[in-house]
Formats: sequence, C-alpha cells, structure tokens
Amino acid sequence: MTERNIPLWEVFIRSRNGLAHKHVGSLHAADAEMALQAARDVYTRRGEGLSIWVVPSSAIVASDPSDKDVLFEPTASKVYRHPTFYEVPDEVGHM
Amino acid sequence: MTAIAAADTPLVQYTLRLADNALVLGHRLSEWCGHGPMLEEDIALANIALDLIGQARPLYAYAGEVEGKGRDEDKLAYLRDAGQYRNVLLVEQPNGDFAVTIARQFLYSALMAPFWRALAGSGDETLSAIAAKAEKEAAYHLRHAAEWLIRLGDGTAESHARAQDALDELWMYTGELFETDAIERGLIERGVAVDPQALRAEWDETVDGVLAEATLKRPPDAWMQTGGRTGRHSEHLGFILADLQFLQRAYPGATW
Repeated sequence: MTERNIPLWEVFIRSRNGLAHKHVGSLHAADAEMALQAARDVYTRRGEGLSIWVVPSSAIVASDPSDKDVLFEPTASKVYRHPTFYEVPDEVGHM
Repeated sequence: MTAIAAADTPLVQYTLRLADNALVLGHRLSEWCGHGPMLEEDIALANIALDLIGQARPLYAYAGEVEGKGRDEDKLAYLRDAGQYRNVLLVEQPNGDFAVTIARQFLYSALMAPFWRALAGSGDETLSAIAAKAEKEAAYHLRHAAEWLIRLGDGTAESHARAQDALDELWMYTGELFETDAIERGLIERGVAVDPQALRAEWDETVDGVLAEATLKRPPDAWMQTGGRTGRHSEHLGFILADLQFLQRAYPGATW
C-alpha cells in the first residue's frame, strides 16, 4: 500500500567540498517538501551535505539495460579518446 | 539504590526543568525506533530524539555543576524518582498514534523554537551556549512536525479525524508551557531565564497559522492540567522512568 500511495524520489546531495550533486539513494515521500525533509533526515545525518536535490523517480528517463552493448560497447576500442598520449610536466603537479 | 533529590536553588531547578523536558520527550520519541510508520519517518523521529537527548545532557551536567554536590548528568537522570522530575506533563504523554506524536511535537516545538532563540540571549553564559545550539534543532523539529500536521489535517478523512482528536486530547497540557513561578520570576528579572508569556503571541501565531493550513480547529482553552514542573506527574512518567532507570537502579554505576 505504501508503495502504491507514496511516490518514490531520488536524492542527490552536494557534499562539503564536492562541486556537483551526487546521487545517494532514494526514498518515499508524499510530496516535494516532505521528500526534502526525509532526505535531510535519512541522508545527511553524518554531516554529508550542504545542499539537497530531490527528483521524482518517475521523472528520470533511463537507458534500457538491454541496449548496453549497442550504446557502450563501441567506445571500448577507442582508447585514443582518453587523454593518455602525452606526458604531464612535473611542474603541473597533481591534476 | 536510594533516590536523590536535586537542590532547590532556582538555577538548578530551572535548568532541570529544561533538561527533563528534553530527556522525557526524547525518550518518548525513541520508543518509535523500529516502529515508525515508514522507514524515512522512523529515522526522522530517532534523529529528533537524539537532538533532544543531546540537549538534555549539557543541561544536566550544568545543573550538577551549579548544585555543587558532585552529581553528573547520569546521576541526575537516573537516580531521581518521578516526584523529583520537573518536566511539563505534555512531554510525558504516550505516543498514541502517529497523529498524537506529531501534535505533541508540534505544540512543544512551537514554543521551544522561539524559547531557545530567546534563551540564547541569557545572561548565563552556559545556558546561552546550550540554547544557541538547541535553537537550530528546535526550528527543524517545528518545521518537521508542522509539515506533517498540515498533511494529516488536510489529508484523508481518517487522518483529519485523528489529527483533530490528537489536538483535542493534548490541548489541556498546553497551559503549563506558559506558567511561571517564583523560581523563574527571580531568574527572569536577572535576565537569566526567559519569560514564556512573552513568547505566547508567537506561539499562538504559529499554532493558528499551521492549524488553518491543516484545516484543523484550535481547541478552546478550557481546564488546563498542571503540576509537572513541581513534580506532580501523570501516571505515565513512572513507566517511562522504570524503563529509563532500571539498569542503573538495579546495578548502580554499571557501565558497558
């Protein structure tokens, strides 16, 4: 019953020093405001975050797992797309 | 182990009242742990319980320090009998259904959010520091309870009826929140304590605003229960303390 009546939300948290919001999990809540509160209570209890996004799970359009080979396989043979063919000078330090 | 009584010093008694409110309500909410209506709310209630117990601890420690008899937070929490507890009756009322728990939390937090803000300006440095931390917690507790009350009141016929019943049942315990006695008046005059009457208008405004949005009726001010702050409690507190204190009474000083 809970599943049917209470929508599912995806939760994204921006951590203290993180630049982007990262997906951390999902939860059930009746509406957006309650989803934000629940996200705060469930996913930021240990000081994980400074900002929360919640998105209705139903609003996410996902790729079909059975398309995995068609979508992602072709990139495996294109190593030249990785920036690994030049040397970083020592003076640059950590990148 | 023999029960203890805390000193009658106004500052000790005042601090204990604040500490007992927080501990007893925190204990009540902890009873929801593992029984919440949904996982998210189970965690939310446990979070609030931990905030409240976290508020109680430094208050007990301070009461013990002011008292000067070498009693720490554990002694004050575990070794006083019900008659020595100074919490208001509202916080010891049973959890009931979820609506009762939310209504109780709302009525209490609607006062405590402005209360801690005001106490942060106390002339007593320790109380001021404790209040400054508690203020943010209480503001969230109020928001959490208010949002739920609005959804319960303005939800289904069943949730509306239960929310209204909860308010009607608890209303008689709200008068005590605003009482002051000689112990407090002296401290208020010295700028140490907060006069709850000065927060009454803000409490009314918060309560009326949320109830209106929740389509719930404010119960009329009829007979108000009183006595918790001087140790005259409802039967419920004894059962809470039996749970809370059993171990330390049966095995004094036990640690693990």
